[in-house]
Amino acid sequence: MSKTRQAGAGMRYTLGQFASHAFLLALAFIFMFPFYVMLVTSFRAPQELFTPEFNWLPQVFTGAHYYIESLTATPVLTFMKNGVIISLGILLVQLLTAIPCAYALAKFEFRGRKLLFAIVIFALTVPIQVPALPLFLGLNAIGALDTYFAAMMPFFLSVFAIFLFRQSFKSYPDEIIHAARLDGMSEWAILWTIVVPGSVPAIAAFSVFSLTSHWNDLYWPMIVIRSNELMTPPLGLAYFADSESGENYGALMATATILTAPLMLAFLFAQRQFIRGITMTGVK
Amino acid sequence: MPADIAAFPGPAPVAVSPRRRHGAQIPGWVSWSLAGPSVVLLVLLMLLPIAAIVLLSFTDYRFGALEVSFVGLDNYVDLNSDRAFWRALGNTFTYVAMVVPASVFLGLLLAVLINGLTRGRKIYQLIFFLPVTATLVAMATVWKYLLHGTIGPFNLLLKSWGLPAIDFFSDPDLVLGGLALINIWSLAGFNMVLFIAGLTAIPEELYDAASVDGMENPLDRFFSVTLPLLGPTTMFVIITSTITAFKVFDTVAVITRGGPRRGASDVLLYTTYLEGFTYFRMGSAAAMTVVFLAIIMIFAFLQARVLDRKVHY
Amino acid sequence: MSAKVELENIEKSYGATQTLRSASLTIEAGEFMTLVGPSGCGKSTLLRIMAGLQPQSAGEIRIDGTSVDHLRPRERDIAMVFQSYALYPHMSVEQNIGTPLRVRRLPTAVRLPVLGRLVPGQRTARREIQEAVREVADQVEIGHLLPRKPAALSGGQRQRVALARAIIRNPKVFLMDEPLSNLDARLRVTMRGEITSLHRRLGATFIYVTHDQTEAMTMSDRVAVMMDGEIVQCASPQELYTNPQDLRVARFIGSPEINVVSTEETARWTGQPLPDGIAHIAFRPEAIDFTPKSAGIGVDARLLRHELLGHDVLVFLQTDQGTEVTGRIPAAQWSGLAVADGQIAFTLRPEALLAFDPSGKRAPLPFSPDGMMPADRMLSHAS
Repeated sequence: MSKTRQAGAGMRYTLGQFASHAFLLALAFIFMFPFYVMLVTSFRAPQELFTPEFNWLPQVFTGAHYYIESLTATPVLTFMKNGVIISLGILLVQLLTAIPCAYALAKFEFRGRKLLFAIVIFALTVPIQVPALPLFLGLNAIGALDTYFAAMMPFFLSVFAIFLFRQSFKSYPDEIIHAARLDGMSEWAILWTIVVPGSVPAIAAFSVFSLTSHWNDLYWPMIVIRSNELMTPPLGLAYFADSESGENYGALMATATILTAPLMLAFLFAQRQFIRGITMTGVK
Repeated sequence: MPADIAAFPGPAPVAVSPRRRHGAQIPGWVSWSLAGPSVVLLVLLMLLPIAAIVLLSFTDYRFGALEVSFVGLDNYVDLNSDRAFWRALGNTFTYVAMVVPASVFLGLLLAVLINGLTRGRKIYQLIFFLPVTATLVAMATVWKYLLHGTIGPFNLLLKSWGLPAIDFFSDPDLVLGGLALINIWSLAGFNMVLFIAGLTAIPEELYDAASVDGMENPLDRFFSVTLPLLGPTTMFVIITSTITAFKVFDTVAVITRGGPRRGASDVLLYTTYLEGFTYFRMGSAAAMTVVFLAIIMIFAFLQARVLDRKVHY
Repeated sequence: MSAKVELENIEKSYGATQTLRSASLTIEAGEFMTLVGPSGCGKSTLLRIMAGLQPQSAGEIRIDGTSVDHLRPRERDIAMVFQSYALYPHMSVEQNIGTPLRVRRLPTAVRLPVLGRLVPGQRTARREIQEAVREVADQVEIGHLLPRKPAALSGGQRQRVALARAIIRNPKVFLMDEPLSNLDARLRVTMRGEITSLHRRLGATFIYVTHDQTEAMTMSDRVAVMMDGEIVQCASPQELYTNPQDLRVARFIGSPEINVVSTEETARWTGQPLPDGIAHIAFRPEAIDFTPKSAGIGVDARLLRHELLGHDVLVFLQTDQGTEVTGRIPAAQWSGLAVADGQIAFTLRPEALLAFDPSGKRAPLPFSPDGMMPADRMLSHAS
């Protein structure tokens, strides 16, 4: 009797699995379709784009034509260089400021600690769009608009990093910190050579989060960056897509591919860290 | 013993010697030298600007103007009677109402299906998470072309199957739906990952217990075990999705610029952006920002409440 | 290299709760002193206060006669071994052991990760440290483990690394906070021996905290028993066992636990009431004697059960009044014992009895050697 039941359950099991796979594959097709369109269009000749019928593959082989066009005719590489400088610059300052602050909040008693932490919690909920106007006016007042500094400044402090690192440091064993004090290390040395190496996973996850969100950010660069030489990938693409009134979709899609590729490739190589880093905030 | 270890460093209630500090006490300046840079930045980049935005909202300041005067609540009164502002607010809420249910439901569906698979979980997770990592602005240009009314592959496909074309971004009635579609696409995988994390936290024994209790139908198990235990996760996902959808900006700025016609896809952040950084009417842009902050704070408060409870469940 | 450590009226309170109330203790130079007591008695707190890791609320600590209260931990010339070993998880064994020397001997720039390698002229200092590390590692027999990370070591090996890290600084005072409690029973016995021989070899002052009375009794020159934030008695292990000054000490030290009977019951045994100042009478299991016709106080009891411990036998008895007492006798004596209907009689030598007053403090013994109460002692106690 038990045998027949097992067989029955097994059958239903594989049937369920089959149905799940069928459904997920269909959805996966829909989810991948924009990526497919992006890639396939970047290889299509313009005359194909304006024909009324749909072809799955390019009818004429264009090779890397649009990629070369994108790289030479538009400052794509400059955009990427700016993206790297700005997002790495932001990350560096964020780590240098947030790590000591988080350590003080996690391990020391000092006057004003509770107030500071309360402000950090409050600031966690405030998105960049809120202080944007005064920050813009302030940057304008010091004549710093349209610089790398302007693009990075609002993000120098990450309250999220403070919050996250505080959690991580709090769980670091006090005994090891005590041992380091007895061994003669200063508090700064304890932080950077003992505690920080123990929090590498949290720091890596935050770095992924920070790099992706600032590489992808359009809002703030759109406000403070005017010159082509300083544009970030999203701003450059938005600008380029706009000015290409001739609807040169091949080159546009090639540019989109080039600008999306670094993060996507990084994601494919370090999926776990990426998923952890991006979902950590709960807010995309 | 752990109690007295964990209590370190405690405050010293009685000073040992009034002249010399005790060697075990970390002097206050050490803590403040660690926290100092962040405190300065917190004041300069967060607290002062927030105070400034509230003050600005009571003035008629225009960027570049030499004079500023205090106008009290005029900006808010004007907003109240501004049809464009209400339309932007209404559009934003409509957009949220489309994105949130769809992306949450899709995320849950994907999570449950993928979690139930015996093989292939990783590859599906990878596929559905890919849109989350893609640069939204780049993908917005792709979607703009993909959904293009005449040459877009989507419509070419529809036509090749003998169906009528849908021109999302030129039809005032469809434009928000088109934008919502992009956000659903980029958000579902994100929600899926949060749901999968919630699912793996459900103890396997509960399903064993359900089986012993004679519950064999997968739907029964879903509604009596999975869904109730996913409750806190679901609340969390709903609120974070709401905040994300509420902050819609990139796709509007790249694809529709508030169009077609006047304001069919105007949303709160885009309107505020135009008011402040294109028309330079800082006073009224500040008032809009304050409204935006108030709404975000409500969501954030709900989120904190849910997070608090999630810890205890 | 050793130093005298003096604790004077050390107090510690967290808000309203007082974890240490006026602890005073003098540890002689070169002594092996153990602080023992149940968990929560404040012994670890006291150790951390000595190390300078926690500030006391009141009182003074002196090392070699000078107050060290204002000194930071690194300035006190104290090394500490922690219960969890507190090894730096990202460093190799060699780096772990070498850290105290690197911090003290190399300038800050040289200690920077990566960049420090580029600073010239530190080769001699580095080589000296390397040699010192090798030497202490060999002393504790972990020379072959130097390149490993702590995660790749067994509990006993980590323990040795922690010891080596303390030894390498050559400090005058070693503090040890339950260093053996995370080891398995067999290893604990081995390490007990190694730590005592280390103490003999180094000649430094050892202050050792444990909740395990066996460790306290077997390793130390003197033992300070702590209860509820106070040092109740400080004496040699033998003295603590035979001459406890407090009922709590008497109960804490010794296994099986000391027998405690009420004064009423003792009065029934001796046929005479006991003076007012006495509330408890206690005696060690060894005080119970089953030899027929031996001199002392005779007691009738019922045999409940017995446990063979090889050399010894534990005998569990219940007196007519229902009090349970435990005796320990040599196995040879047990096999010759006559038990009729589960009844057995034993005698107690009066000088083996300990008397305690109602607050648990030791009181003079109200018995003369023949089991009768001497009038003069009664009088002296009553006054």
